[in-house]
Amino acid sequence: MSLAARDRRLGWGLVAPALAWTVAFFVLPFAAMVALSFARMEGREIVPAFDPGNYARFFSEWPLFKALLNSMEITVVVTVVSVLLAYPLAAIIAFRVPVRWQRLALLMAVLPFWTSYVVRSYAWLLVLGQNGVLNKALLGAGLIAEPLEIAATRTATVIGFVHFFVMLLTLTIYANLVQLPTNYARAARDLGAGPVQVFRFVILPLTLPGVVTGAFLTFVLCMGDYITPQILGGNNELTLPQLIMLQLGRSGNFPLASALSVVLMAVITLAYLLSSRWLRVDRV
Amino acid sequence: MTAGVSVQGVTRAYGPARALDDVSLDIAAGEFVVLLGPSGCGKTTLLNILGGFAEPDSGRVLIGGRDMAGVGPKDRPTTTVFQDYALFPHMTLAENVGFGLRMRGVAGPARAARAAEMLSLVGLDGRGARKPHELSGGQRQRVALARALAVEPEVLLLDEPLGALDLKLRRAMQDELKAIQRRVGTTFVHVTHDQEEAMAIADRIVVMNAGRIEDVGPPRQVYLSPKSLFSAGFMGEINKISLDGTWRPVPGPGVLCIRPEAFGDQGLDLGAGRVTDAAFFGAHVRVHVAPDAAPEVRLVVHLPQGAMPEPGAAITLRATTWGVLQA
Amino acid sequence: MGGKDRVPPSPILSPWRRWEALGPIAGLFWRGSVWLYLAAAYAFIFLPVVVLVVFSFQDGRLPVPPMQGVSLKWYAKVLADRDLMAALAHSALVAGVSSAVSLMLGFLAAHGLARSVLPGSVWLRGLLIAPMTVSSLIIALGLLSLFQQTGVRLSLLTVGVGHVVINLPLCFAICYAAMGDHQKAAERAARDLGASEPRVLWLVSAPMLAPALAAAFFLSVTFSWDEFIIAFLLTRFDVTLPVEIWSMLRSGLSPATNAVGSLVFLVSVVAVVGTEAVRRRA
Repeated sequence: MSLAARDRRLGWGLVAPALAWTVAFFVLPFAAMVALSFARMEGREIVPAFDPGNYARFFSEWPLFKALLNSMEITVVVTVVSVLLAYPLAAIIAFRVPVRWQRLALLMAVLPFWTSYVVRSYAWLLVLGQNGVLNKALLGAGLIAEPLEIAATRTATVIGFVHFFVMLLTLTIYANLVQLPTNYARAARDLGAGPVQVFRFVILPLTLPGVVTGAFLTFVLCMGDYITPQILGGNNELTLPQLIMLQLGRSGNFPLASALSVVLMAVITLAYLLSSRWLRVDRV
Repeated sequence: MTAGVSVQGVTRAYGPARALDDVSLDIAAGEFVVLLGPSGCGKTTLLNILGGFAEPDSGRVLIGGRDMAGVGPKDRPTTTVFQDYALFPHMTLAENVGFGLRMRGVAGPARAARAAEMLSLVGLDGRGARKPHELSGGQRQRVALARALAVEPEVLLLDEPLGALDLKLRRAMQDELKAIQRRVGTTFVHVTHDQEEAMAIADRIVVMNAGRIEDVGPPRQVYLSPKSLFSAGFMGEINKISLDGTWRPVPGPGVLCIRPEAFGDQGLDLGAGRVTDAAFFGAHVRVHVAPDAAPEVRLVVHLPQGAMPEPGAAITLRATTWGVLQA
Repeated sequence: MGGKDRVPPSPILSPWRRWEALGPIAGLFWRGSVWLYLAAAYAFIFLPVVVLVVFSFQDGRLPVPPMQGVSLKWYAKVLADRDLMAALAHSALVAGVSSAVSLMLGFLAAHGLARSVLPGSVWLRGLLIAPMTVSSLIIALGLLSLFQQTGVRLSLLTVGVGHVVINLPLCFAICYAAMGDHQKAAERAARDLGASEPRVLWLVSAPMLAPALAAAFFLSVTFSWDEFIIAFLLTRFDVTLPVEIWSMLRSGLSPATNAVGSLVFLVSVVAVVGTEAVRRRA
């Protein structure tokens, strides 16, 4: 056997375990789920079939389709708000905070990231609830007469999400900002660009891939998250993941849950295709 | 330990480009051979084929008479000094130098002794406990050399080992490299694009261009009587006078080649010429001359330090050494 | 930065001019608003954590104002809770083992793809990264249907399998990104000096990649430790910590939950700060 062929065989040997794992526990299950989404429920029995009925239900029954819309609306709002809040924060840390304090500032900015995800949503409930810290403070200050009803609304879900993703995006964007060679901005200034123009024509375009990658991750994580809307949003306005879990739990309708997951997957794929031009997922 | 190398009809293509085109070359045991050529000439590909990092599409490589087909780098009697040194950053110098011996199952104490010996060979006595990042470029170079020599290879391959050093250091290392080669007696195959470096160290220079060998021979021969125009031009500056035109100092066909320093008081008479400009270069004065017989031609002539002709001055042109090569 | 280097386009008093007229005051205002923003951002980021920790010391029954006194009784209650401690052990086990497996598979694959020219390697990389770009809910549901159809019993093992699926892409990506030319050159030199492939991996690649490997392992452990949906769907009786906390939530607000959350936070912070300190000294 030639050296090149031996080299390739060794390469395959090294990749094989990871590949096998990914195929067995990612590709195959996904195929199984797609297959299941075409099955039928008869009573509590799952009957294998090729029946697009679950998808037909999704597009015809308003409460089901509404869940997708809810998820999309929340996700888009969360993604946009998080990016808009995180970019200035990352920029201030990168350009205004003295270099020796930057790592500390960054560490502090993402410290609550390390609390348990479930606990973080719960903590927001303590802040936003009817007897929560926020209402008590506002009432005490005489700013409101009646407690605000934020908990168990979409606003609470959005606040919880934004809190999480601002931390994540600050990290991503900061990493992008500090690796910019300072000479780019200097060169632009030297050529007569003002601060706004430097940002608009130099810094923003160069950090855009990082921002888009962060925004895409935000989109994926937010779109597929069950915990935050379940704890903070309550059961009034269901998101797609909540609906999927509901189908699994209460009604045991596995095929419908699978179909909804396929829809979720389709939306994420669409987002991927739309942002793929700027995505650097393998370089996060 | 040392062995000869025989390259027989080796061809290697990367896509449509031929990096090596039917190259044959015999290297004697203990010889210091330099592969010289511009980037992309195939010299590094040839070195990689000797080291087992690439394979020929056709042709054979014999080292010490043994066919190397299908033998990986790990099992070849060759070691390489890489251009970027490729020292292991997490190991001390002694561990770096002893690595090859460790792979060959040599016990710790013997390894340490040999590593110390090799480090002293390259002038780094007693620095075995340091890490590569504490060293200068030239010192790293020496460690890479010691590491490759520690396993007593039959053939040592050097891939532009001095390329990353500044000029002064490079000249100093050349001398040292030559001395070390004499001491250990191993066959050295050294790749470079610097013809001065090649002449300083080589027993034989192999000039390569576009995947082919243009010229082979000792430095003096390759410099003074190159076999091809390319070789003549690559070894140093040269005046090329086409013998197809009206001015034919010697009978054609071909190209008359004269090195700038070959002009003197006797030899081939090229008639008179006029200086167009002159510049002081330290060791010599570099002058552009327009021969009276062909005023459109510009010859480069090196005159002794003392001479500083004014533009327009007349000068007689005689070449002590010259040659006619076919284009 | 105040705008002295800006040339107004027209002699008319432009908005920029007005800013310039304000001069140092505008600069102060701008600088002040920068620090104000920073303070507001930190306040927002820390608000829930502070509330969480403060009310874990609540002497009353509810973790909301008013504070009825300081007490450690909820911590005592939590630490004595058998189920919670069992869940903690399960989480540690799953996180450690699944991260080790992910790291090994990811490292080998990254090494294979970096060292050899394999046909379709772009697609291979894409496939290995793919699970990272998919919601864990989908991965969990897929595995659940696979396990149900093949009759595999749900346990901590099935959770671990799921966690490897989400952490493998991460480990692979980190290792692959860390393998530069420098690394490849050193591996090549090791082979040249007679090292077999396992020895190249063990003596050269792994030590050179040690920081990346440590980062990948640490991140994997964190993700696995905190992962909810896979752990929730893929095990029945041996639950992990997030799932146990989830079931605590269902019985309403309680300072006990605050205490658990504060403890988890404390452990994570110690780990993060510790890692940072070690990194700084290295």
